[in-house]
Amino acid sequence: MLEVQNLSMRFGGLLAVDQVTLDVQEHEIVSIIGPNGAGKTTVFNCISGFYKPTGGKILFEGGEIQGKPDHKISRLGMVRTFQHVRLFGQMTVVENLLVAQHRHLNTNLLAGLIKTPDYREREQKSLDRAAYWLERVGLMELANREAGNLAYGQQRRLEIARCMVTEPKLLMLDEPAAGLNPAETKDLNQLIISLKEDYNVSVLLIEHDMSLVMDISDRITVINQGRPLAAGTPDEVRNNDDVIKAYLGEA
Amino acid sequence: MQDLLYFFQQLINGLTIGSAYALIAIGYTMVYGIIGMINFAHGEVYMIGAYTALIAITGLTAFGIAWLPLVLIVALICAVIVSSSMGWAVERVAYRPVRGRHRLIPLISAIGMSIFLQNYVHLAQGSRNIGFPALMDGGFQFGSADSFQMSLSYMQITIFITTLICMTLLSLFISRSRIGRACRAVSQDLRMANLLGIDTNRIISATFVIGASLAAVAGLLLGMYYGSVDPLFGFIAGLKAFTAAVLGGIGSIPGAMLGGLILGVAESMTSGYLSGEYKDVVSFSLLILILLFKPTGLLGKPEVEKI
Amino acid sequence: MATPNFKHALFCAIVTIVIAYPILGLNLVAESTRVIVEGADTTTVISVFAAALVVFLFQLFRDRIMASLGGLPKLNPFADREHMPESKRARLESWVLTGIVVLALFWPFFVSRGSVDLATLVLIYIMLALGLNVVVGLAGLLDLGYVAFYAVGAYTFALLSQYAGVSFWMALPIGACLAALFGLVLGFPVLRLRGDYLAIVTLGFGEIIRILLNNWTALTGGPNGIGGIPDPTLFGMEFGRRVKEEGNTSFHDTFGIAYSSEHKVIFLYLIALILAVITALIIRRFMRMPVGRAWEALREDEIAARSLGLSRTAVKLSAFTIGAFFAGFAGTVFASKQGFISPESFVFLESAIILAIVVLGGMGSQLGVVLAAIAVTILPELAREFSDFRMLVFGAAMVLMMVWRPQGLMPMRRTHIQLRRQE
Repeated sequence: MLEVQNLSMRFGGLLAVDQVTLDVQEHEIVSIIGPNGAGKTTVFNCISGFYKPTGGKILFEGGEIQGKPDHKISRLGMVRTFQHVRLFGQMTVVENLLVAQHRHLNTNLLAGLIKTPDYREREQKSLDRAAYWLERVGLMELANREAGNLAYGQQRRLEIARCMVTEPKLLMLDEPAAGLNPAETKDLNQLIISLKEDYNVSVLLIEHDMSLVMDISDRITVINQGRPLAAGTPDEVRNNDDVIKAYLGEA
Repeated sequence: MQDLLYFFQQLINGLTIGSAYALIAIGYTMVYGIIGMINFAHGEVYMIGAYTALIAITGLTAFGIAWLPLVLIVALICAVIVSSSMGWAVERVAYRPVRGRHRLIPLISAIGMSIFLQNYVHLAQGSRNIGFPALMDGGFQFGSADSFQMSLSYMQITIFITTLICMTLLSLFISRSRIGRACRAVSQDLRMANLLGIDTNRIISATFVIGASLAAVAGLLLGMYYGSVDPLFGFIAGLKAFTAAVLGGIGSIPGAMLGGLILGVAESMTSGYLSGEYKDVVSFSLLILILLFKPTGLLGKPEVEKI
Repeated sequence: MATPNFKHALFCAIVTIVIAYPILGLNLVAESTRVIVEGADTTTVISVFAAALVVFLFQLFRDRIMASLGGLPKLNPFADREHMPESKRARLESWVLTGIVVLALFWPFFVSRGSVDLATLVLIYIMLALGLNVVVGLAGLLDLGYVAFYAVGAYTFALLSQYAGVSFWMALPIGACLAALFGLVLGFPVLRLRGDYLAIVTLGFGEIIRILLNNWTALTGGPNGIGGIPDPTLFGMEFGRRVKEEGNTSFHDTFGIAYSSEHKVIFLYLIALILAVITALIIRRFMRMPVGRAWEALREDEIAARSLGLSRTAVKLSAFTIGAFFAGFAGTVFASKQGFISPESFVFLESAIILAIVVLGGMGSQLGVVLAAIAVTILPELAREFSDFRMLVFGAAMVLMMVWRPQGLMPMRRTHIQLRRQE
């Protein structure tokens, strides 16, 4: 479904990402791990279109997407979260979910002004979808709170819900467990597995803590200093000498 | 021959105005380099410098002091003291409390400050423009052709030389002094500099004070050059200087100099060959075009969007 | 008392004197051909020093003053009150608004002509501020050249009536659409810019338009402006003493009442009122539609909005265009009210006033903007002495609001949305 081939990204003299290759198949959770500063987020930024990669190819469902503007890539059905949560802080929780569904809404200005039946129907549908996901992530009671006032763990969950209401094919999560306590992390892992099992979404995950992703990933790619170090199933990666060296070396 | 002389005359006029623009532009570019905001009230600080200089000159004349170098130096010192105090106060009152908030907030606060200062001077000194006494008449005359004579006035020479001195002092200050080095560190990474024990608040204040001092120098020079001041004196000049800063690459000090000179020449060529009415249109259009096609300016560094 | 505090306080006091005394205390006066300096009267000088003393004392006891300010009971007696249930509050608000509009409909028949004229001006400012509120308050784009679109609306009507004899009702949509078109064409390239660059570019653009109006004498009459702009008609009835246009009748003849120049003033007021209400209603709808939410999302976090598939250009452009549209609307009404327009009416100061209204009222808040428009326009009229200080006060207010209450006097309230529980 997603194929990244020999992706490179250069900032001035710094080669942040060097020949990274990875792929995500349907119904699969793939993780990118690596020490801090390994270039994981840069890979994400290239895939999601925030950066224009300086080399390599990115294919989504067979079409090349490298260099396309970010909002167009997102519309193809791949949405992401951010390492530091990015919500619309002064808007309410439910408004955050409605913004994300603009593609499902009738955005014709006139239709909205006179509230055509079609407009109302779509608006109601997106409200229902928002309600469904709020309940799914346990934020229903807070629907009309300002998103900026939520607790950190709740903000993380809202960010994932905001991605899910867009009905994506591929969900990209950038260190979703950062700043969560162990119980919250466990819930999160269950949520991610359920996204794959129950909603048929593929997940591409970034994490710098290896142990978190071992249980839930189908495959793992390890990158270090911008270069791919190893790839394979969690067991293969766990036993890879280079990986052990890189991680022990860092520790 | 006459055409050529006319062209050189416009060039001289443009470089004169341009070097004064560059002095004002330093204030924009340094503040932007350090806290990433446009100091909208900078044009007003410059205007206040011009007023103070005029008050000082008039006051000295009233006491019968007329030795030109003394008058100019006293006026310069007064203007620099008042303007730099103003720059310091503006930062303390309108910018520091809102630093780090949503980007719209410091911007509106700065515009409010600019409106406030404009009207402060307007109320205190009246809205009419007031004439600067002609202290420095005459100049060198060059080859004349037909009815046209090219000239380089003493005033223009003074503007060039003063700008040159100020720029040299500034470069020395930035590269040699402790505060100058701290300035460079803060403009690289404010938070890191703070962690390393640099008092960033002081450095930001220093930036405003330096920018305001140079603006005051420009205020004296341009006030004398144009021969009058009014409360709106700073508004357009501020816009022009900002254009110069962006043209050269905002954040870059040599860029401000280069941008000022280019803008000055572009403007005086427009007045000379098209019409004086359209010189503002030309400089604003220049600003818009640069921002659209090369927002980093001629000597600026590209910014990488951080996520 | 700690020494650094004392030093700092002294320094602040000296700075106060340095920045206040030369400008306030020494006045330049032109005397025939010479300029002389005159000392200001004693009151001014004393106030400068008094101000320095206040600054000194404040800085000296700053910590204690701040602490005791924090301990003061809330100034707003309603602050601690239980919040009304959301549905009740919304209903109350719509009743209040309807009441105000009904009152405003009948009010002009009982007051003087001057008051009605002023009220029309207030309504024009309300339209402008509501439009700018979309751009600044909702979309977070600082537009300092907003007055340019106002000028486009006004000049469109003036020129169309002069050269093509187009009536007010025809010119109203044309002016608004042309202003919107200007917004679209100009917005397209500049909206990619960062916020502060956008502010300065729009400022420059506003100036360009004004300079062009001033110098394109053949078309716009330059600084002399354009006069003889016709009044609006009511179903072909004119409000002048004599009918100017073939085929029209006059208002007083049709109804068999005596001619009064007040009819026209009231009629214009009512038109402005209706247009202002329409503006408010349309924008209110927009705010609850996908487009309105997209504006706010972009203001809150542009990167997140883009990651969800919102096109930055499209969303910003829609805000810019819609804002310009209502400015054009207001411009047409303004031209008709004045009967004469010149570039003088479209200076940066106007943009600044409209921005001050939006900022004071509370960015995004419609009721706040309406109240602020009323206050900002009427206060200088009520107190003549105040009108000199008007812009000084606005400038200071903008700074103070940003420092203490950036959400404005009446911050925007979020609408509550009722959700159906899903299985």
